[in-house]
Amino acid sequence: MRLTVNGVEREIASSPLTPLLQVLREELGITSPKAGCQQGGCGSCTVLVGGAPRRACLLPVAALDGADITTLEGLGTPEALSPIQTAFHEHYAAQCGFCTSGMVLAAHAFLENGGGTERESIQEALAGHICRCTGYVKILDAVEAAAGGEVTSNQRWLPQTGEEAPVEVPGAPA
Amino acid sequence: MATAVETEADVVLPTSETEAIEAFGDGSSVTVLAGGTIVVPDITYGYTKPRRVLMLAGAGLSGVETEGSRITIGAMTSVADLVDLSAPLGPCAANVADLEIRAQATVGGNICAPPGRDAPRGDLQAALLALDAQVRSAGAGGERTESLEAFLAARDGRLLLDVSYEEPASGAFARLDRPHTHDYSALTVCVARAAGGTIRIAAAGVAGPAVRLPSAEAKADDPEAAGQAADADATFADDALASAWYRERTLPVLVRRALTQLQEAA
Repeated sequence: MRLTVNGVEREIASSPLTPLLQVLREELGITSPKAGCQQGGCGSCTVLVGGAPRRACLLPVAALDGADITTLEGLGTPEALSPIQTAFHEHYAAQCGFCTSGMVLAAHAFLENGGGTERESIQEALAGHICRCTGYVKILDAVEAAAGGEVTSNQRWLPQTGEEAPVEVPGAPA
Repeated sequence: MATAVETEADVVLPTSETEAIEAFGDGSSVTVLAGGTIVVPDITYGYTKPRRVLMLAGAGLSGVETEGSRITIGAMTSVADLVDLSAPLGPCAANVADLEIRAQATVGGNICAPPGRDAPRGDLQAALLALDAQVRSAGAGGERTESLEAFLAARDGRLLLDVSYEEPASGAFARLDRPHTHDYSALTVCVARAAGGTIRIAAAGVAGPAVRLPSAEAKADDPEAAGQAADADATFADDALASAWYRERTLPVLVRRALTQLQEAA
């Protein structure tokens, strides 16, 4: 089986019923999708399949042969965050971080698909994502800001010391 | 925490309806995997150890077709693809879980779901019962088409292919709102007025699969009386979402609300 993960074609050796979540985390070492409830209820394993948000814990890999998968590692880089990542940073929308990658990917897909700027539409788009720090207000504020074009990409979040080692992100395209 | 699954199950991936029917055979020791929202966690947690898995992802069997007033929905159609249909099915589908689950869960899985461990399953059954839907399935003895009620009573050993119904004159849907962190409705009521004027009422979230409420149907012109009659047609179960006690007291309210909506829609 083959998957394109963050733009890179990968040969998959896991058995056909293995959920995509385990394929990503254990076979490919891509750890932004989190193993939370593993029954589709919490949203922390969410990735994009063909651009649409899906629960990686519910998808047997054999049903995905040839699919195009995007994880958080494929969205922005530490040097150039995507608009939604920038918005999360600016609005302090991450607390413990466990739900963040799922939230960011779902919000990214919402914006890419022209979801609009209505608070209610944003809530509906994130309804399957649970934040146990209860940081919902800041998360919704961040998505609303990004939807309203109040943030731009390419804003650095790392101090520019000039000497710092590049940040290595497992699973990110080279 | 559940860990990666090591399974030696045979996985069959049919590429057409004919291949799916052939691979299913009489259904013995076959686990059908449609959207995966129920079967995959069951495998992850070790509740199911399938020997032979029929994965329908590539078998077609999906899509909503309208021919005159008849609507036919393939078993692999996602719940998300139903949300724009008229009441009661459209609003009922829109109420299922969240965006990601609706895009993955299928009509077939919703109709064939075994009772849940912690929560009821099969919300769409109530809408389709109210719509007097017909189910086409394969299995031992070949293909057959029967009412959804007959199918729900004997669905083991059957591979659901599609479900169809006549567009109703009007319909309505009422639910017992779910708490934020649960994907399942505790109780749902669907009503439909057929083109001929007949009103059918059904409830999901009762004990076992969804049921029709004939005592309530007999009093459908009076929402209050129909609500009071409804409890005679259902039995209730305790689970993590609600107690049987609470469901029994809520069903009359939901029946009343759905019928009132139906009257207002007329």
